[in-house]
Amino acid sequence: MKKTVSKSAWATLLCVAALLALVVILENVLDPNKNIMVFTALKKGAVYALVAVSMNLLNGFTGLFSLGQAGFMLLGAYTYAILTIPVAQRDAVYYIYNGSAINFSLPELFGGGAFGLVLGVVLALALGGCVAAAVAWLIGLPVLRLKSDYLAIATLGFGEIIRAVFQWDKLGPVTNGANALKNFPTFSSFNITNGSGETVLRLSTFTAFLLAGACIAVIVLLINSTYGRAFKAIRDDEVAAEAMGINLSKHKRLAFVISSFFAGVGGGMFAMFANQAQAKTFTTAMTYEILLIVVIGGIGSVSGSCIAAFLYVAASEWWLRFLDAETFIGGFKVPLLRNGFRMVVFSVVIMIVVLFFRRGIMGDKELPDLLEKRRKERAK
Amino acid sequence: MQYAISILLSGVSLGGQYALIAIGYTMVYGILRLINFAHGDVFMVAGLMMVYLTASLPLAASIPLVLVLTVLLGFIIERAAYKPLREAPRMSVMISAIGVSYLLQNLATYVTGGLPKMYPEIPGISNTITIAGAPTKVVTIVTPILVLALVAALTQLIHHTKVGMAMRAVAKDFETAQLMGIKINAVISATFVIGSFLAAVGSVLYFTNYQSIVPLSGALPGLRAFVAAVFGGIGSIPGAVVGAFIIGLSESVIKGSSWSIFSDAFTFALLIIILVVKPTGLFGEKVTDKV
Amino acid sequence: MKKFFATLLALAMALSLAACGGGSGGAQPSGGSGSGGDKVVKIGVFEPATGDSGAGGKQEMLGMQYANKETPTVVIGGETYSVELVYADNASSADKAPTAASQLVSQDVSLVLGTYGSGCAIAGGPVFGEAGLAAIGVTCTNPGVTAGNDYYFRICFLDPFQGTILANFASEKFSAKKAYLLGELGNDYDQGLLNYFEQAFEGEVVKDSFPPNTSDFSTYLNKAVAEGADVIFCPVSIAYSTQIVKLAASMNLDIAILGSDTLDNNKVLDAAKGSNVKLYVSTFYQEGGSPEFDEGIKAWLAEDSTAMTNNGGDDTIAAVTAMGYDAYYVALEALKAAGSTDKAAVKAALPSLQYTGVSGAIAFDDVGDAIRDTAYIKTADNAAGAWTLETVQTAK
Repeated sequence: MKKTVSKSAWATLLCVAALLALVVILENVLDPNKNIMVFTALKKGAVYALVAVSMNLLNGFTGLFSLGQAGFMLLGAYTYAILTIPVAQRDAVYYIYNGSAINFSLPELFGGGAFGLVLGVVLALALGGCVAAAVAWLIGLPVLRLKSDYLAIATLGFGEIIRAVFQWDKLGPVTNGANALKNFPTFSSFNITNGSGETVLRLSTFTAFLLAGACIAVIVLLINSTYGRAFKAIRDDEVAAEAMGINLSKHKRLAFVISSFFAGVGGGMFAMFANQAQAKTFTTAMTYEILLIVVIGGIGSVSGSCIAAFLYVAASEWWLRFLDAETFIGGFKVPLLRNGFRMVVFSVVIMIVVLFFRRGIMGDKELPDLLEKRRKERAK
Repeated sequence: MQYAISILLSGVSLGGQYALIAIGYTMVYGILRLINFAHGDVFMVAGLMMVYLTASLPLAASIPLVLVLTVLLGFIIERAAYKPLREAPRMSVMISAIGVSYLLQNLATYVTGGLPKMYPEIPGISNTITIAGAPTKVVTIVTPILVLALVAALTQLIHHTKVGMAMRAVAKDFETAQLMGIKINAVISATFVIGSFLAAVGSVLYFTNYQSIVPLSGALPGLRAFVAAVFGGIGSIPGAVVGAFIIGLSESVIKGSSWSIFSDAFTFALLIIILVVKPTGLFGEKVTDKV
Repeated sequence: MKKFFATLLALAMALSLAACGGGSGGAQPSGGSGSGGDKVVKIGVFEPATGDSGAGGKQEMLGMQYANKETPTVVIGGETYSVELVYADNASSADKAPTAASQLVSQDVSLVLGTYGSGCAIAGGPVFGEAGLAAIGVTCTNPGVTAGNDYYFRICFLDPFQGTILANFASEKFSAKKAYLLGELGNDYDQGLLNYFEQAFEGEVVKDSFPPNTSDFSTYLNKAVAEGADVIFCPVSIAYSTQIVKLAASMNLDIAILGSDTLDNNKVLDAAKGSNVKLYVSTFYQEGGSPEFDEGIKAWLAEDSTAMTNNGGDDTIAAVTAMGYDAYYVALEALKAAGSTDKAAVKAALPSLQYTGVSGAIAFDDVGDAIRDTAYIKTADNAAGAWTLETVQTAK
């Protein structure tokens, strides 16, 4: 038994490494402009995959229904942005407030260059996660005593409060008020350029995959640990779990804080993807989007959330885009096609999935489980 | 003084409109334990239907037609999106509700082309009057009266009719009620019909006051009304009404103060505090978990 | 079950293929008439068609569509190209803007026009910059759009200018001592303008922000009355401004309402019609500035019902439409000057470009901003339901 577990772990690791290698190769072989949609969708998909998995940890594995994900992403995105905007750019970014109250930048503190960039960005992302986790711990104290729907509403309200605070004029020198924070290192900063400014090695999509992959790997390890089993026990039956000696409040808080940590990291990565951080993008609608990804992927399946994240991003922002354009086939104007139709079709697709494929793409299974099952069937 | 009165008036009228939406939330939650996220959007669709209907029909015909169509919409949503999920976990139903809300908003965007639509003037209640120096529309005065009348009628319905009794029974215990021969689906449909009807009435009052309709118009009143329902103790109709007036008034007062940017945040902060102090809201019944 | 997912996946693949096909061949120009040569040059239109700036974005696109209909071809380097407009809807949302921008990059456009709403321009800008694609902002007035981005240009004036102009106007016209400023919470456009107005205004200001999706503005307007404000300044998006103006109309509000370029919209005009609201807006273009253009576009609106709907149902010309029209011609000039459809050449040709359009002379400074010192202030003629020119303000 033990041997097969380690074997499948190795296989998974190998697959992930192969995937990363594939991304690097594709990114450098394909024309970056003609295929920019592929890479944009992949980057956004990677970010959403991480956030969806972090939400799944809470909603799918611990059974706590939280709708605060966008709020925690906001915390992560702002922390990341505030810590990494180059000092020289601060006056331009905070132009309304005549400069920023915080006048250092992590990548520069570490001496700039490639080394400073990597260390600074990783540290800023991690700190973003920590801020989100700390806030989660604080609000978890009162809020986690609530049950199911009430918890959902309280966390949703919390997201709205956070947003209003970050848009507050008085905090402008730190948060830049209503204005976007920008000019910080993004995924594209990781492309390696030569002396004359030409890109020699593209690593932007790879960076997104690597960061998201590392975080998801940590979450998977956590799920497979004692803590993860305790979380699942709480999900399946709270009373029984308590009777088995699981400290409910401690484990709930732990799941909440860890989930928020990774949502914060995901928020920082979202800022890297969107090239800016602005409070008004982190709305309840974003939380719903992520929740839909979790459901489509299968509640309680990490690989499901990942697959669904890519499908969701690609379908809503890329594949279905032709539905928005008025199209003529010969002299015939295709009916219904005009702006807004894409989102109508997309929401119908979502309703179909929710109603008829309730368990989502993966149910609560993981990809390796499915492969295993197939092999066993063949062995019979 | 005039300013204080105008704040009070605006608060009362907001409260009344939230109350009509909140009843829909609270009744559905009482019976299905479902947060019907699409309710605010049904409210918005009712407003849009009015805009399109009055373009070709006289007002006297469009108002009843809007009421009927909204009721039909609520009924269809329940049958199509919630009924198939009766046995599914509660989260699935809630997500289905989010999906419906998403669909209605996107449909509205598609149909209106994203342009704001102007709600028609309704003679009588659209007129402006002045109360103690504060100008306001007649609808502001009509709203609380109408709300109280509707709530009184609803309470009668729930306490003195067969459907009402069935509703109470289902809210108390879903399975037992089923065993007693109550037609669950009919009762649930009736709940949605009543909720949508009140939302349609609410939309007439609300959009007469604030005439421009965009696809997201239902989101904020919907959320506020829901907060009101939770605040008052979800499942309780008097609670929803009291909660709605409290939320409406406090929103208005905060907007009038120099902390106006936190008017949304304050509503939610209030909600979180009440949930922590008294998790079932002001008038909610205490539920004990059966093991 | 599993079989179903296989089909689903296959369907998704097929869809993606269709999308690629649709992307390259599907978006034919709807005008279609008078194609000049076989060669096609593509101009990207990066505009919101949905979301809260959808109405404004559509009006801006109307200007481009009309210009495209008027001049469907351009001579580049001795050869005639027909111009194709390629659309990408950024949904007025900064988180959808990068993908919409990428969409345009992938379709190999020569340059990009847009967008209405500075937030989306700031979010999409780096994507264009990275791809080496020049973008011409049409009515995005926030300084952050062009600052720090070599590839973003713009043909309109900026918020510091607009805010100052309106503050001066308030002092001169109404001898205002106290102003009530109202904007949407967290909206960079609103808050930026409020800020510049506050800086330039000599009297006292009371500043307020409302949360997104607000419909009830009565408390805010009553507060303005209670504070004894002489003017109300509310540079908010179209949906909110119709709500505010409508409310002011029903309250019989005596205080003048000042607005920015967003309020220059038929829907707002409609809301004020038949009332006593004193509404003043600063804008880029006033009807009558170029009678030829006015007549042409009105005739086009009259015959094209979709365009009429997108314009809000009547033929009042919004300033953003005129700006869209000018932007299209600036793009053509850039293509001509570049002598090729190559995006790098177009980008190189832009800084030195000069063009005189219906909204005035257009040239770019070092940052890529238009050198403009004139804004029109219009007032709503509520009896006729039309705009009349109040004054032309220039920077001091």
